[in-house]
Amino acid sequence: MKVQVQIEPFDLNAEVAALQTAGVGAVASFVGVVRDDGEGLAALTLEHYPGMTERALERILVRARERWGFIDATIIHRVGELAPGEPIVLVAVAAAHRGEAFAACEFIMDYLKTEAPFWKKEFGEAGARWVDARVSDQAAAARWGGP
Amino acid sequence: MKVRILYFARLRETFGLNAEHLQLPDGVNTVGALIDHLRQRGGVWAEELGPGRAFRVAVNQDMAAADAALSTNDEVAIFPPVTGG
Repeated sequence: MKVQVQIEPFDLNAEVAALQTAGVGAVASFVGVVRDDGEGLAALTLEHYPGMTERALERILVRARERWGFIDATIIHRVGELAPGEPIVLVAVAAAHRGEAFAACEFIMDYLKTEAPFWKKEFGEAGARWVDARVSDQAAAARWGGP
Repeated sequence: MKVRILYFARLRETFGLNAEHLQLPDGVNTVGALIDHLRQRGGVWAEELGPGRAFRVAVNQDMAAADAALSTNDEVAIFPPVTGG
């Protein structure tokens, strides 16, 4: 399983291809993109906690594999400055069948949103502001019934 | 005991501090006690770490609750709720 935190963009096709090993019948992937909110967002910067970030993401992958039994998975999260429309996060899960690939992909994203130490700061017409955590993200993670 | 404290994101900016080494007085040996200790600095410290304010604490890079014990040379991080993805 692979976890990477990087400034550079990622290559979705290469990452998916790297997961296609023996026994894999399905690869589900999710790409999160910086949303243009229509309110003049010019850019955002992503700060993180080097060391803890990787540990937190690895722990989420281990938990997801225990639950869904997939074959392999990759998380790549970008940091630094990003413009609207740029890809920000990739989660890809390779499994024997689509059911566990889809479910694990969603599970991983839900916990990434609530447990991995990243913070977004938006720069727009109204100046700079730190993005507030969303209650709906907490609820999305809580529905899996985990800790 | 001595701990290293890291601050991130909005709290880093508000406190004007990335990190500090802190010698803790006797009796300050849990996360909760450390937060109380920092709050006594007043001003933005009392405000941001006050009751009802949302922040998280990690000890040695694992999320920690208020009753978590501290040991000397621990790395403690204090930060706002996370917003990645």
